[in-house]
Amino acid sequence: MDSTRLVELIRPVAGNVEEVKNTKPLMLVINAGELVPVCELLFKNPEAYFDMLTCITGVDNGPEANTMEVIYHLYSIPFHQSLMLKVTLPRENPEAESVTTIWKSANWLEREVFDMFGIVFKNHPDLRRILMPADWKGYPLRKDYKHEETYRGIKID
Amino acid sequence: MKGLLDQQFENGGVIITRVDDLLNWSRLSSLFPMTFGLACCAIEFMSTGTTVYDMDRFGMAPRATPRQSDLMIVSGTVTFKMADRIRQLYEQMAEPRYVISMGSCSNCGGPYWQHGYHVVKGVDRIVPVDVYVPGCPPRPEALIGGILKLHEKIRNESRVKPTALENLIEKNG
Repeated sequence: MDSTRLVELIRPVAGNVEEVKNTKPLMLVINAGELVPVCELLFKNPEAYFDMLTCITGVDNGPEANTMEVIYHLYSIPFHQSLMLKVTLPRENPEAESVTTIWKSANWLEREVFDMFGIVFKNHPDLRRILMPADWKGYPLRKDYKHEETYRGIKID
Repeated sequence: MKGLLDQQFENGGVIITRVDDLLNWSRLSSLFPMTFGLACCAIEFMSTGTTVYDMDRFGMAPRATPRQSDLMIVSGTVTFKMADRIRQLYEQMAEPRYVISMGSCSNCGGPYWQHGYHVVKGVDRIVPVDVYVPGCPPRPEALIGGILKLHEKIRNESRVKPTALENLIEKNG
């Protein structure tokens, strides 16, 4: 399916769809609030049928831009097609809706983004750290991350 | 000349040696390392156990529990999450116990030495290390070299009560 048809398809549920030029696979920027309906449509529609969520990436644009981004990498097995969905969040208290109800794989992927960037996924069944220790302070991949002096008596440097 | 055990002994035969030498010899001839891999160094560690490098010729067989092992080969990157577990495993090992730090990561943090917020910069910050094996990862030959260095160290150990302090007190009245 080409990009215009895809945009046409999700237009009814998304107030704002923006296509990023010259990306491969295709990247669409949508509003954070409309993430779940768009994903549901892409998952269920027989023309799109994105039945696999392969990756969720977090991006911190830094204190100057003051935004964070979450990018969902979707893949359709029957149509052999990839798609990226991007939502932009504010840097203070970034929150996005969880897509675990649609794809089970989102569970751990969202936990990883939470662990590294501190982006909270609402309605996630089990949102806790996945890579760092449970009592770790801070979110390491944030641009302004400063590590603690010690962790359980071991010096961090 | 025939080897010692190829000769015929009459009346059972007697060997005279020092207790230290006997203990050290038996200890260093049967070091049981713990099956313990943290990263890519573990692949080389496994390779050391294969027929090509044949760790078994030193009497070494990996054990799956710290209770049965007397050597810990820290093979790989030590993260802060793993640090507590390593210390716990070390404490569970019976004495005398030895630690070989294998590879750059566990020696000093390796490629994570500057920006690795999650890596302990050297396993010697958690447990005492006897031998450091450099390399990224070290080849099995290098690990065997480290094991032989550890042999040397064990061979020079002594169970004799240290007398230097007593001598000093006696001398100075």
